[in-house]
Amino acid sequence: MSKNTVSNRFRTVDVDEYDENKFVDEEDGGENQLGPDEAEVDSLIRQGNLMEALQAVLKNPPINTKNQNVKDCAEGLVLKVLSAFKSSDVDKGVQSLDKNGVDLLMKYIYKGFETPSDNSSAVLLQWHEKALSAGGLGCIVRVLTARKTV
Amino acid sequence: MSLHQFLLEPITCHAWNRDRTQIAISPNNHEVHIYQKSGNQWVKSHELKEHNGHITGIDWAPKSDRIVTCGADRNAYVWSLKDGVWKPTLVILRINRAATFVKWSPLENKFAVGSGARLISVCYFESDNDWWVSKHIKKPIRSTVLSLDWHPNNVLLAAGSCDFKCRVFSAYIKEVEEKPGPTVWGSKMPFGEVLFESGPSGVSGGAGDGAGGGWVHGVCFSHSGNRLAWTSHDSTVAIAEGGKTSTISSLSSETLPLLCVSFITENSLVAAGHDCYPVLFVYDGTKGSVTFGGKLDVPKQTSQRGISARERFQNLDRRATSSETTEQGLESLHKNSIRWGCICVFLGS
Repeated sequence: MSKNTVSNRFRTVDVDEYDENKFVDEEDGGENQLGPDEAEVDSLIRQGNLMEALQAVLKNPPINTKNQNVKDCAEGLVLKVLSAFKSSDVDKGVQSLDKNGVDLLMKYIYKGFETPSDNSSAVLLQWHEKALSAGGLGCIVRVLTARKTV
Repeated sequence: MSLHQFLLEPITCHAWNRDRTQIAISPNNHEVHIYQKSGNQWVKSHELKEHNGHITGIDWAPKSDRIVTCGADRNAYVWSLKDGVWKPTLVILRINRAATFVKWSPLENKFAVGSGARLISVCYFESDNDWWVSKHIKKPIRSTVLSLDWHPNNVLLAAGSCDFKCRVFSAYIKEVEEKPGPTVWGSKMPFGEVLFESGPSGVSGGAGDGAGGGWVHGVCFSHSGNRLAWTSHDSTVAIAEGGKTSTISSLSSETLPLLCVSFITENSLVAAGHDCYPVLFVYDGTKGSVTFGGKLDVPKQTSQRGISARERFQNLDRRATSSETTEQGLESLHKNSIRWGCICVFLGS
């Protein structure tokens, strides 16, 4: 039987790295993005001031950071706020956001869909319906085409 | 507005002649068909068969009456009408991927071809050799060029590409033209120079966190050449004013992505795309804002008729709703995406 006596190390070389036509995304400094302020959002939820909590949790989105923990934290926090809303208030919540806010909310909603837990999908679907009527299909297209997302 | 159905296949590209009495279309294959208007009908008058691959772009030069076509076979042909027959001349583009778009320059002495080879081929006629020669604009384009538009000064060229950027290049060819005067986009214009590039988060105040945006599908200069509009796959329309690089106004629209855009006056544009109707946008230069002006394809209100029990069950089965839905089919004149818009404004007396 023939046995390979020559080195196999070349098989572990990633040839795509050496392709001069390879498209590299531009790096955007994202080291300072820490996501929404947990303490502030928690206190607002406890006070029952859900509109403010929604505005607060949509601040400082961790879009450019490569730290996955920050992103997961932010997503958890957003889910907490969205679940705290009553069904009848969801509409008002969406109306209080501006265009960018609706786009950002839609990004978090789709992120939430990726990892469903007990009741999260039902809540997210409600928010999705209202955000869709506010933002239109363009809002969803922007979630799909965003190169860097939450 | 009149509707004429040419064939069953999709029309991938088209071009009008100078007085809109003839139209050259490609029915998604290797040929170009030219139709002549006679009365209310369109009659096929010529078939141009030379390409080996699908035709991806057609442009008809209004003054010199020449047609340039480019295709997936990496070639372009310039067609001239001689004795009632269209004769092709091959143009060697020197590209190794398909051509995607072609446009004559305003003076019709050059044309630009965008391609999947990440470059733009600017072609001009060298009379010594009786031959079309091409020059390449390569840097810094990093992906397929999807659309092109010439500036009225015949030198600047706007290109939208799949690397999420819209750029203005200089396509100055010293063999065929004089040195151009300065414009709002810049004064030094050697061939291939980039005079403007839409930045990574090139939208001020718009979706600034959505860095990168989407593929730039359509670009258009305004009539004066001072404004540039482009549409992108992230459903935005953006306008930049030459010379003021920081002010890029954009509108994140609620529609599906728009594929082609055209200025009709300095302040208003028409765009069309995956939502199958043309849309009007209005630009306010002083405020730097783009607003949605309205749909241009308002369907006639169909009369409400009663819905039978059978139809209710059918709807329930197919659509999970038993209501009489108004979206049985698309309500617009076009039933599928509009890829290629060509706007002409008639000034009547």
